[in-house]
Amino acid sequence: MSLDKDQVRHIALLARLDITDAEIPDTVDKLSKIVDFVDQLSRAPADGVVPMAHPLNATQRLRPDAVTETDERDRIQANAPSVDGGLYLVPRVIE
Amino acid sequence: MTTTLHTLTLTELKNGLEEGAFSATDITESLLARISEHGETLNAFITVTGERALEAAALADQRRAAGEARPLEGLPIVHKDIFCTSGVRTSCGSRMLDNFVSPYDATVVERLAGAGAIMLGKANMDEFAMGSSNETSWYGPVRNPWDLSRSPGGSSGGSSAAVAGRLVPAATGTDTGGSIRQPAALTNTVGLKPTYGRVSRYGMIAFASSLDQAGVITRSVADAALLLEFMAGFDEHDSTSIDHPVPDYLGSLDGRVDELRIGVVRQHFDAGLDERTGKAVREALATLEARGATLVDVDLPNIDLSVPTYYVVAPAECSSNLSRFDGVRFGHRAEDPADLLDLYCRSRGEGFGAEVKRRILTGTYVLSAGYYDAYYLKAQQVRQLIAEDFRKAFENVDVIAGPTAPTPAFELGAKTDDPITMYLNDIYTIGANLAGLPGLSVPCGFVDDLPVGLHLVGHHFAEQVILNCAYAYQQDTDWHTRCPEGFE
Repeated sequence: MSLDKDQVRHIALLARLDITDAEIPDTVDKLSKIVDFVDQLSRAPADGVVPMAHPLNATQRLRPDAVTETDERDRIQANAPSVDGGLYLVPRVIE
Repeated sequence: MTTTLHTLTLTELKNGLEEGAFSATDITESLLARISEHGETLNAFITVTGERALEAAALADQRRAAGEARPLEGLPIVHKDIFCTSGVRTSCGSRMLDNFVSPYDATVVERLAGAGAIMLGKANMDEFAMGSSNETSWYGPVRNPWDLSRSPGGSSGGSSAAVAGRLVPAATGTDTGGSIRQPAALTNTVGLKPTYGRVSRYGMIAFASSLDQAGVITRSVADAALLLEFMAGFDEHDSTSIDHPVPDYLGSLDGRVDELRIGVVRQHFDAGLDERTGKAVREALATLEARGATLVDVDLPNIDLSVPTYYVVAPAECSSNLSRFDGVRFGHRAEDPADLLDLYCRSRGEGFGAEVKRRILTGTYVLSAGYYDAYYLKAQQVRQLIAEDFRKAFENVDVIAGPTAPTPAFELGAKTDDPITMYLNDIYTIGANLAGLPGLSVPCGFVDDLPVGLHLVGHHFAEQVILNCAYAYQQDTDWHTRCPEGFE
């Protein structure tokens, strides 16, 4: 096993992903297999190679800094689990 | 007449509509009946938009009667449920988006509808397009019409099964590592993944943004060419869309391959390939050679590293893209969260399935402090080497050909225990995504009554070259006209 359950719990916290106790053994097992598999990259000779940033080596296109969006808050917030007066509601953050 | 409309290809339906042999309403009613007859067996659909489609068909018939028919007027299409469709649930195969009704149309959806195509529904898919068998869908696996105990491939498995089962002549798909081409190979259909940036990704729910590309699954090459013309082209809403002229793909199909140089990759016929699949592919290459094409051996020295490279780059981008699902603005939200952290963690833990979680965790790991250089940076360097191998190969050849998938369709459940075995399904297709090249799978035979696909990769923006090569192949073969038993 290249990863242990504490490492997996730490990664899951970084990813804001709840992994239940029941899911842990399978997650540790399969994630370790994946990490072992991609570890073969370490043997690839790639020193000095420029890392790829875009498959066609294109650069980011810019546009004029103009307002192009219309106000569609109500339509968009129709999908929100909890809103009030145009605001998204979440559990209290500051006591 | 209308009882056999499901047997016609898109171009045949187009001709029939233009000749007045039948109406858009006839087509829509006929195919909706097919979908209700076979849809449940295949589980190919997440949502069927029958009422909407019939309204659109009535309007299409009015337009045609008024002499205002658009190029795809009244032609049926199914969209993979990864494309946002205004006013229609867009689930991406996930519990996370089971309740999500898109407020807007993806550019692909908008352009096809703008050309007159009628959406019949949304196709099932692997959750967030992460899978090669359509078994990771929250809505259950799709079944392959060629053998209902087998997978239709993935992630565009609903699209491939719906087209192969003659529920619809064409469906959109997306391809991040082979998700159009592998399901096409496993279902005896044509699957086209265009050049990266050729088709807009706007409104296509993101998985791995440097690899994702939209395309189509059809039964004939001509149909894929017809649709691509209306899907391709610059879109200001997609910052990676490329402003490059869109040719008349259908009109440029001439079936001539006498000046075509086809590169055959030695590594793609090694031990990992099912022997009889390899034989079918070699025979297909011989058919193209007999038609005048020249076969040339090509070497892609780093291609064996494409799968591990992909399984660093794609999960890294996925972990970043899927961070938007937070249980706050849209999508699944956990009940009674204790605090904000609990809301995030449980909403995501409940909303995502096991494979999506594994990819998010893999991506988070390879991007985390201390591991970035060893994994992510290294993978992007190897990706450059793989792309460079292709660039060199295309100095000598016009097309690179080989098998699309290592085996024919496998049994549902056969590969779900070992992620690496599942990942290796895409061993021949992932290279094209890493290098941003267009790829196509065309039916080229059968092994034990299960379809096999020939994979053709072209240089950037050379979709017409691979389309024409596949079109030429279809002039000499009839694999693509074969229909699975029970779906005639």
